[in-house]
Amino acid sequence: MGFILISLIILIGITSYFLGNLRAKNLRTSNQKNLKSLSHYYGYYVALWAVVPALLILLMITSFKSFFIEQYVLSDFIALGSYTETELSLLFTQIENTAMGIKLFDENTILIDGAVNKLNYINKTSENLTYVTVLGFSGLLVLYSIFNINHKLNSRKIVEKFLIVLYFTCSLVAIMTTVGIIFSLLYETLRFFSQVPITDFLFGLNWSPQRVFVREAGDLDTRDLANAFGAVPLFAGTFLIALIAMCVSVPVGLLTAIYMSEYASPKVRDWAKPIIEILAGIPTVVYGFFAALTVAPLVRDIGQGAGLTVSSESALAAGFVMGIMIIPFISSLSDDVIKSVPQSLREGSYAMGATKRETIVKVLLPAALPGIVGSFLLAVSRAIGETMIVVMAAGLNAKLTANPLDAATTITTQIVVILIGDQEFDSPKTQSAFALGLTLFVVTLALNFIALQVVKKYTERYD
Amino acid sequence: MKSIKIKADNLNVYYGEKQALFEVSMYMEEKQVTALIGPSGCGKSTFIRCLNRMNDVIDICKVQGKIEIDGNDIYAPDMHVEQLRERVGMVFQKPNPFPKSIFENVAYGPRIHGIAEHKSDLEEIVVTSLKKAALFDEVKDRLSDSGTSLSGGQQQRLCIARAISVNPDIILMDEPCSALDPIATARIEELMGDLKTEYTIIIVTHSMQQAARVSSRTGFFHLGKLVEVDKTEAIFSNPSDQRTQDYITGRFG
Repeated sequence: MGFILISLIILIGITSYFLGNLRAKNLRTSNQKNLKSLSHYYGYYVALWAVVPALLILLMITSFKSFFIEQYVLSDFIALGSYTETELSLLFTQIENTAMGIKLFDENTILIDGAVNKLNYINKTSENLTYVTVLGFSGLLVLYSIFNINHKLNSRKIVEKFLIVLYFTCSLVAIMTTVGIIFSLLYETLRFFSQVPITDFLFGLNWSPQRVFVREAGDLDTRDLANAFGAVPLFAGTFLIALIAMCVSVPVGLLTAIYMSEYASPKVRDWAKPIIEILAGIPTVVYGFFAALTVAPLVRDIGQGAGLTVSSESALAAGFVMGIMIIPFISSLSDDVIKSVPQSLREGSYAMGATKRETIVKVLLPAALPGIVGSFLLAVSRAIGETMIVVMAAGLNAKLTANPLDAATTITTQIVVILIGDQEFDSPKTQSAFALGLTLFVVTLALNFIALQVVKKYTERYD
Repeated sequence: MKSIKIKADNLNVYYGEKQALFEVSMYMEEKQVTALIGPSGCGKSTFIRCLNRMNDVIDICKVQGKIEIDGNDIYAPDMHVEQLRERVGMVFQKPNPFPKSIFENVAYGPRIHGIAEHKSDLEEIVVTSLKKAALFDEVKDRLSDSGTSLSGGQQQRLCIARAISVNPDIILMDEPCSALDPIATARIEELMGDLKTEYTIIIVTHSMQQAARVSSRTGFFHLGKLVEVDKTEAIFSNPSDQRTQDYITGRFG
């Protein structure tokens, strides 16, 4: 039904565009007076009246329809007064099934048969009613707006205003999503902290939420909760892996940026830059198997060859691969900032008799430093939030360690581990994932914010 | 007759396919100001950038012919470009101080060429250079402020101080006043008068009055050719070429 109705509305819209256009043209020729806008704007004006309110009404009808239908169909049962909400909704499902020919229960047959008839009737009526209301509304508004066209009406302004509203609504979608996510995170996190003290979460040294899972809910005592949700090992693991990643990506990325911006010939740049940027486009899950199947065993073999104990899921392997992944973030951004240092500074330095290397080290890098630091911070926030690589290549056990050859786990890994499979939604274990998520969100947000501030504050203004 | 510092002989310059300079030959006298005038795009900036090989930076630029400074061919294969630029300083059209402190801006050249052995030597060089550029009194209390915080005219004098910090023989000035107001321009012109006792100065300028005020010899460029070069009074009072006559009387350009 929806498809046909929407097609009809669009058809009316297209027709009314031509009607409005035609009417404006007629007005212009018959009265010899100028309209305020070009005639096709009157077409858009009428078409907007035809389409937009009709769609809004359709949206409203469809969102409230099911509620009213349910009320109407169940009215007999509601009148009995002996059913709870849940039972009523089960009953409604049963009625719907019966109407489709699936009969599972034999109780209350008379009432149910009556309800089925009601359902069939109301479905048909409501469909017809929807058609009539929406199309009638649309038609009326077309007539109204066509007759509204006169010399004083500035349809161009109205169309532009409508578009502004449309743009605003679209931007609202992203904003509302962000706000919604923040609030749901906050809400669940607060529920978590009502059971586990925030200090235990932030400063506790032991992370083993599975202990809470093993026991019966009634057995939980507060000491258990406190000991299970100490997130420090996760913070430490995240920090360790991000640190290793930065140790790989900062030097490689920065030197790449210097080469690309200052030394590479345009030809080399043309093919090398896209290839480097492809690194950023490789799905992280691919990096994940690369880390788990190639790098981790390699690290272990080399380490064992050197007589060290290396876990098969070492922080080093995960951090190394993650470092490779974020190279393009650093190289690409730094390349842009280095290149945007004005040519006049390069010339000034060359004219003093500086070599290319001296110019880069003593003039370009200091001038580009804020941007470069900004790119580092963005890369760190990317490394901290990265999930797939660490899930696949880093360990799952939360162990407080600073040894890069040992297994380490991260915040993101633990969120995945907690939420995989069927979970009770209101157990502290599940809610701890929200607390971890919020922590991560706050940290990356802060890093991004600082990065932007650094770039903004310390960037030299060249005109 | 003063001694000849720079001699260009039959100089042709190409940017890719396009020829920018045609058979330019001229000489410049030691410790004098030589002005190069001409309409935009006539090749005067290209010419001045050949004198310290700044055109090397541009990949597609090709230089033919010979330029001698003190009798040495600066395009000879064994020429050390960095040392050449140490001897031939340059001041650009737009002030381009480095985003460093005023002190570091001036200390840049001495540092990279290892001129100052001790910190006190470096400080002395910075102070002398700033004094010679007539900037010291204005900035002596804030040497650690950023060079970019100065006004346009001060920035340009800072760039002059930077250029003379390595004690060059020659200073090239590529329209040094075109981004400055008349008062700052007057200060720079005054400064040039002081500087020419020690340095050979070549200045590219759009302003004929400026050329007349500061220079002893003037060359007129048009469409990549050196039309005429002579004593400044001669160029402005009695030019031998019709095109020079037209240009200085404002008939074109």
